Amino acid sequence: MAVTLTPPARARRVPDRHHRGVTRWIVLALVTAAALAMLVPFAFMLLNAFKSPGDYSTNGPLSWPSEFYTKGLRTYWEQVDFPVKLWNSTLIAGSVAVLAVLVSLFNAYALGVGRVRGRLWIIGLFLLANMLPQESLIYPLYHFAKEAGLYNTRLAVIIIFTVIQSAFGTYLLASVLGTFPRTLLEAAALDGAGKWRILWRVVLPNLRPTLSVLLVFFFIWTWNEFLIPLVMLIDNQTQTVPVALASLQGDRLMDAPTTNAGSLLSLVPAILFFLIFQRTLARGITAGAEK
Amino acid sequence: MAVPDTAVAPATPAPPAAATRRRRPSRPDAAYWLYLLPGAVLFLLVIGGPLVYTGYLSLTRWSGVGDPSFIGLDNYRNLLHDDVFWTSFQNTVAMIVAMVLLPTLIGLVLAAALFDTIGRRFRPRTAAALRAAFYLPQVLPVVVAGIVWGWILRPDGAFNGLLDAVGLGALRHDWLGDPDTALPVVMAVMIWVQIGYPVVVFMAALERVDPELYEAAEIDGAGWWHRFRAITLAQIRPETFVVGLTCTIAAMKVFGPIYALTRGGPENATNVPSYFAYYTFFKKLHVGYGSAISMVLTLIIVVISVLFIRAQNRAERRDRGI
Repeated sequence: MAVTLTPPARARRVPDRHHRGVTRWIVLALVTAAALAMLVPFAFMLLNAFKSPGDYSTNGPLSWPSEFYTKGLRTYWEQVDFPVKLWNSTLIAGSVAVLAVLVSLFNAYALGVGRVRGRLWIIGLFLLANMLPQESLIYPLYHFAKEAGLYNTRLAVIIIFTVIQSAFGTYLLASVLGTFPRTLLEAAALDGAGKWRILWRVVLPNLRPTLSVLLVFFFIWTWNEFLIPLVMLIDNQTQTVPVALASLQGDRLMDAPTTNAGSLLSLVPAILFFLIFQRTLARGITAGAEK
Repeated sequence: MAVPDTAVAPATPAPPAAATRRRRPSRPDAAYWLYLLPGAVLFLLVIGGPLVYTGYLSLTRWSGVGDPSFIGLDNYRNLLHDDVFWTSFQNTVAMIVAMVLLPTLIGLVLAAALFDTIGRRFRPRTAAALRAAFYLPQVLPVVVAGIVWGWILRPDGAFNGLLDAVGLGALRHDWLGDPDTALPVVMAVMIWVQIGYPVVVFMAALERVDPELYEAAEIDGAGWWHRFRAITLAQIRPETFVVGLTCTIAAMKVFGPIYALTRGGPENATNVPSYFAYYTFFKKLHVGYGSAISMVLTLIIVVISVLFIRAQNRAERRDRGI
């Protein structure tokens, strides 16, 4: 959006003046060095994920692997049953993304378009919910989940994050829908469309870009969540990718190369999402900051 | 950005009330409540109810089994005399320095350099690629990143290896195992985690600023620092507020990195309220006490957020007033 606004003005380039010639190269060099420094931990991880434990203890963490050793990866893959963890994370994050967008849309439709009475208070409540530390909810959630037989189920985590993410979604969408063009809604109402039809035929198509940003964010946020899955999911069949790695941390079986191999495997999906959704992400962070 | 996307036209005033009333004689908004119903039920179940229950539990002594016994404000009184509690909140201040103050300052400089110098004097593509490197840690599971860092900083980890390699082997150290170095090292990792967010937000904010302002200032002979202060900072203040608020909340809630790096140790040197609460709930089984810690944390976050939002509104009003 902002990008489309700026080019005409920027097209008229300021001619480079005096000091600019050298300075810009220095700036480029400094910023590039900082960016590379950001990536150093990943380089260390890659280097040691393909090293045998013996190689690591004799030659240390900085040496080039003496052989291309993949047993660490395979050990971790089998030990934690990685495909199950991937599926759990995907199922939880995917369901939460879709459900939370739906709940946010319904809430925001009532608040932004319907302008129900007391909406400012309700929106304030959702805003407040965004700030809460999860510690203030976790024990009752844990306790109730046990009572309801939902402890250690993915369903419990899906329900919890649907609500937590939709608190943000509602807050964001309600302000977007508050400025939704009334003329469109009235035209549809005059054509005899009811509220349900207006939501799906008029509001939804107009909101699609915003909703897709939300969908991606909810997915990634939920994928990366830690405290609630850590408390709620306790066995091999239900745990998520980050929880599986964290619960093996400090384990005797986790020598340095296996730790790195496990970290590598656990980061690959997130890095893929990052590459796939880079544009959406950049758009979304900005949206969040614009309110 | 997505916000203006949908605002195809400015909202027009409501139609003549008579027309609406004729079509829908009942209260027009009544049916909308139905759309709020599923969200409201879920909200009460997962957020409202549990929050109130934690509030109640903070007034009890309970191990998680049997019935909680009501003890009034005893937990809160005990908190006041608990050194760990005070340490954990002191460490929150350190987290705010590492996750708000420094990333915002560094982020401003990086965003200005990326947008102004690299984006304009080189190719915008270059700026975007560099930005991605800064942003990457923000989209990774922070616990996994924490585990990688935890290994790097181990006595036999890559950081000490690096010191050896450059001839500084004398500085080898158990960085996370020493109470004196653990907190600064955790802070450094948090800067690494956090820096991408302000960079991305500020770069987007800078696109909003009219380039002619810079050109005019440049022609008037204003130097880089002067332009940065008078134009950049002034123009992107709303984003600075948002970054400040969201990062402050995140810093006060930080849990995953502490869990992965130090579990609050050594000797509570890196303990933070959220880890302290988790530990009290699930390791010590002092549910009432843990609830009191959580409630204090919640209260502080809410108060700080309200102050932030108020300050922002005041600043906005002042701007409009001029």
